Amino acid sequence: MATIISDVKRPVERSNLLKWLRQNLFNSWYNSLLTLAALWVLIRVAPPLVSWLLAANWAPVLTSPALYFVGQYPAAELWRPAIGVVFISLLFGLSWGVWRGPLRTFALASMAGYAVIALLPVSLDTLGLTGRLFFAANILVVILGLAASRTPLGKARWVILLGLLAFGTFILLVRGFPGSELLPQIQTTRWGGLMLNLLVAAVGIVASFPLGVLLALGRRSNLPVVKLFSTLFIELVRGVPLITILFLGSLLLPLFLPENVRIDRVIRAIIGITMFSAAYMAENVRGGLQAIPLGQYDAAKAIGLSGPLTTILIILPQALRLVIPTIVGQFIALFKDTTLLIIVGINEILGIGKSLVLGNPTWITAQIEVYLFIAFVFWIFTFAMSHSSRRLEKALGVGER
Amino acid sequence: MTQLRRSLSRYSESGIPLWRDIRVIQAVGQIVSAIIVLGFLYFLIRNMLDAAAARGLGLGYDFLSNSAGFGLDDTPIEYDPSMSFGRALLIGLLNTLRVALLGIVLATALGIVVGLSRLSTNWLVRNLANVYVETIRNVPLLVQLFFWFFAVFQQLPSVANSITVGPFAALNQRGIYLVALRRGEGFAGWIITVAVAIALSFVLYILLHRYRLRTGRRTYPFIVAMLVLLGLPLAGWFLAGGSPLVPDFPTVGRFNYTGGTTVTTNFAALLVGLVLYTAAFIAEVVRAGVQAVSKGQREAARSLGLSGLQAMRLIVFPQALRVIIPPLISQYLNLTKNSSLAVAIGYPDLFAVGKTIIDQAGRAVPVFVLVMVTYLIISLTYSILLNIYNRRISFVER
Repeated sequence: MATIISDVKRPVERSNLLKWLRQNLFNSWYNSLLTLAALWVLIRVAPPLVSWLLAANWAPVLTSPALYFVGQYPAAELWRPAIGVVFISLLFGLSWGVWRGPLRTFALASMAGYAVIALLPVSLDTLGLTGRLFFAANILVVILGLAASRTPLGKARWVILLGLLAFGTFILLVRGFPGSELLPQIQTTRWGGLMLNLLVAAVGIVASFPLGVLLALGRRSNLPVVKLFSTLFIELVRGVPLITILFLGSLLLPLFLPENVRIDRVIRAIIGITMFSAAYMAENVRGGLQAIPLGQYDAAKAIGLSGPLTTILIILPQALRLVIPTIVGQFIALFKDTTLLIIVGINEILGIGKSLVLGNPTWITAQIEVYLFIAFVFWIFTFAMSHSSRRLEKALGVGER
Repeated sequence: MTQLRRSLSRYSESGIPLWRDIRVIQAVGQIVSAIIVLGFLYFLIRNMLDAAAARGLGLGYDFLSNSAGFGLDDTPIEYDPSMSFGRALLIGLLNTLRVALLGIVLATALGIVVGLSRLSTNWLVRNLANVYVETIRNVPLLVQLFFWFFAVFQQLPSVANSITVGPFAALNQRGIYLVALRRGEGFAGWIITVAVAIALSFVLYILLHRYRLRTGRRTYPFIVAMLVLLGLPLAGWFLAGGSPLVPDFPTVGRFNYTGGTTVTTNFAALLVGLVLYTAAFIAEVVRAGVQAVSKGQREAARSLGLSGLQAMRLIVFPQALRVIIPPLISQYLNLTKNSSLAVAIGYPDLFAVGKTIIDQAGRAVPVFVLVMVTYLIISLTYSILLNIYNRRISFVER
């Protein structure tokens, strides 16, 4: 009796699994040994780890999660940082519509994040119904931004302008104005938490951008004096640890200024971070400048552009496009480096964890939990940023030219 | 006379107006930028000098010979509080170099293992390495250092309940106590046989290797060299009579362990944190370097009959080194600079000692200049090494 070929079932499923195992785990004697060793370690480590995570004392984290994000910012004024979150959601939606690709991932990730917070299965005192609704509403704000990108507003330059505007507004909003009824000034001593990390890193990267471009141009300049000053600054700053620069800002800067000039300590930290970041920015931009073929200079000269015009109209736009992924990478590094502010006595998220949470005698035994939580927060942010930066690199085609 | 008049006129010799002459613009630009920068520096330094004079702060370095008056936990060379500030700073520098050198060695070893694991054909090993790199790189170093120091090493059991590894090591919240080797009888004679063994094995390896290359005969240079390297000292041990090296075990006393060598928990936490963090970056450097070697090299090596491991060791890795070494050196520099975070977990490195001196003696400016110049010299050393390497490989064109 003939068998109809199409009726024969392919016995693939099991053998596929076996084949996969053979190819990926047991393809040679030493790989088999490695697999077994790795499995043994996993079996020894993973179950105790999971049971520890479930049994750990998460009270220091769950009692007041807001502390980690906004520090000791007055509770009645929390709506101000909240508006910052709305700004960010709106910008995510807009840039999703304008640039698509990698920024879509980012916007989607933030929406997922909001959903997770809104539906968090633990009851938190600081996250009441209003809080949950706020985060749920932010999902809608992202979509609103996406819709707005279909309007004439959806042009790259408008979004960038809007972003800078929102950034400035946010800083003024958080700071408030002295003597104002509606927006009383909040001293920077009350700023803190992750908000401060993000703020300092963002101000640092934005402020160091023009400085870095100038330094990079200065270092490539054919004017010896300008070149000398730029090179000296870049190499001096890059040659010492960030912590020395931060101390320079916080401890020594007051000595170098006239008696009557008093600068807020957060601003002093930002000055230090900006100086540090500018030196690295300069080197990144210089890398981009070096990648521009000499023919571009010749062509610009041939159509009669002067030196400065060549730089502004021809060279910089191309060079800066090349270094966008590097700048994202620098922002990530700077964001991680903002934890150093704890050493100059500013309560960023690590400082909150160490002095405010673990300084509380009832929670002093929960060291592992608190530091793990802080590590997790950083991990989420930097992983998302580096992931989208890698996609950005692909989208821009950097390295494929 | 005409010359003077011409130079005073609004036109330069070439007939171009002064304000459009590129040489004039450049010269003026340089002078203006020099005046701005130098003026700003003058303003800062003038203020500092005024403040120093008003508060009676000295700016000289004569205080370095004054007695320090503070204790230090980790002292590689002899130190007590009656010794000078200069001595304390020297200890800080030695501590920085100690943690940096040890960290570089360990991070390189771990980084190479993890980097190659990321390229492994073994799914489990590859993904474990991926998880390690992605976890470590995305968490700030300072958070990791705090975790290791406050959450791990400070939570170790008390002296009475120390974790012990036989008689060789003990671990408690005061520190880590390891067995040490001290000189015993016949040490001098034995150490000579060790030196001879190292030299002889080296020479033998080279000679046998050359002989193999010349004649094509199997000479087993590695095995012979290892036999000499291990055999001679072993023979010397018995010939020396008695024991040239005596183990000094840490023993538990009334309050703490004595004997052996002690490693403070601050140092251990800093080292563990720096090594794990830097190794993740080195792993990426190694991976990128190996991937930069074209696939054909590996395939050619395999088709010549080399095993996978041999192809990696003899063909791929040596070529990858050209790509790996420059970023590797900058990772070493990063590790060294990052070791200044020691100040947050109480390890007396250069920066921490400098800060203590500023707190105690108030000589902020001179101490700061000294500390920064020292870091600059360290960085400069790394860049010189990097330049030497780049110059050496740039001539060997493929």
